Amino acid sequence: MSFPFYVNPEQMTQDKAEFARKGIARGKSIVTLEFEGGILMVAENPLRLQKLGEVYDRIAFAGVGKFSEFDRLRKMGVQWADVEGYRFSREDVRAKALANLYSQVLGDEFTRSLKPFEVEIVVAEVGDDGLAGHGRNALYRVGFDGTIQDQEGYCAIGGSVDSLQAHLAANYRSGLSLRDAVRLGRETLQRAENGQPDLAAEKLEVALLDRARSGRRFRRLTVDEVRQHIR
Amino acid sequence: MRFWDGYKGSSFLELLAIEHAHLEPDVKRWFAELGQLPPTAHGTTCIGLRFTDGALVAGDRLATIGYQVASREIEKVYATDGYSVMAVAGAAGPAIEMARLLAIQFEHHEKIEGEALELEGKANTLSQLIRQNLPAAMQGLIVVPIFAGFDRRRKTGRVWKYEVTGGRYEEREFDAVGSGSVFARESLKKSFRPDASREDAIRMAVEALKDAADEDRGTGGVDLERKIYPTLKTCTVSGVETISETEIADAHRELLERRRRPAEA
Repeated sequence: MSFPFYVNPEQMTQDKAEFARKGIARGKSIVTLEFEGGILMVAENPLRLQKLGEVYDRIAFAGVGKFSEFDRLRKMGVQWADVEGYRFSREDVRAKALANLYSQVLGDEFTRSLKPFEVEIVVAEVGDDGLAGHGRNALYRVGFDGTIQDQEGYCAIGGSVDSLQAHLAANYRSGLSLRDAVRLGRETLQRAENGQPDLAAEKLEVALLDRARSGRRFRRLTVDEVRQHIR
Repeated sequence: MRFWDGYKGSSFLELLAIEHAHLEPDVKRWFAELGQLPPTAHGTTCIGLRFTDGALVAGDRLATIGYQVASREIEKVYATDGYSVMAVAGAAGPAIEMARLLAIQFEHHEKIEGEALELEGKANTLSQLIRQNLPAAMQGLIVVPIFAGFDRRRKTGRVWKYEVTGGRYEEREFDAVGSGSVFARESLKKSFRPDASREDAIRMAVEALKDAADEDRGTGGVDLERKIYPTLKTCTVSGVETISETEIADAHRELLERRRRPAEA
């Protein structure tokens, strides 16, 4: 009769966390910023596989780490949002609930499975001035182990997060113009350990939640638009 | 259930059916248990036509229950996304729900796949919805839509009509559905020109709806007393446009002028 080996839960958690962190650190980073016209997401991503995505009218998703894993999470978010909006109303689909759902799924996976998810995600929601009580923006960052953080103003995910966050803390101010926000986002990404010194517009994936729009607020900036801003 | 075991496709309709079946109406059971439905609201006349820049879809605003008015300003023409519109005649409840589901389906696919469905794919999705509604249609809840849009690959407007089996027929010129459709079609048969401008298209649509309202008691025309005008939407290269009430009112006034009898002048 065989007995399973005893594994110290503390050791196992540490090992899993280290594994996940390593996986995430290998990838590129993403910066999310609040600016005067809404919320901006800037990712270093020369590929056609996208890291930023539209979830619902006012909600966007950003993911770093293993593509297959965060993209599955993104799709799950879209499914959740569309069913929720169908069942109730479009205004009932909120980022906080989605971030909580992600937190539970990731927390669960981290504890239960042998290999944790190597992902970190951001759920952003732009405020709507027309709806009393829905005016504020919201940024949630969910880690590989399900830890959830409510961020204000800006937030970086991916490799070298600490130095990116430090750069943002020193240079971010509220009420940035779109141009300044794109520039700050690019500058910050260039500070990443595996980042490039002079990121061209073609290597950036930029999307925003446009506060001035109605209905679906998510919009991608074209390479030309990005080039205009960083010139 | 672990989350990756869930539905992985891009169809919202399938997602609903597979994972949220309780949110879908169980029409077969309704009829099995109730036998027959109480009277429900019905929408009347809608038309679709092609013109130089794209396609135009229009509908009157009246809904009736039997011989009575259910609503004077119901909306029968819906933008299902940035480049397509759907107009529905028939049972108002299922029809409006169908338009809503279709819009969610298009948006869902676009978000999941990162790319919008082609116009043909959109038209086909509507076929499936209508086919699913067949049991309800057999009990009198018939939904007959017109679907139109701007095909961005072929740079042209396209119009489809449907039948209860989900059969889908593309129209080269125009078509009408609903109780006043015979009269609307007769009107369009005389006024239609394939090279019509946007203004001509609006004129043709307003005239067709007026002719339908004139002959069919179920169709609402222009309600001058309450300032209720039919809905007109166009799909062109720049997307869906809702024609303003002012423009419709002008076209209507011009039509009245044109038709005024000499004796009155």
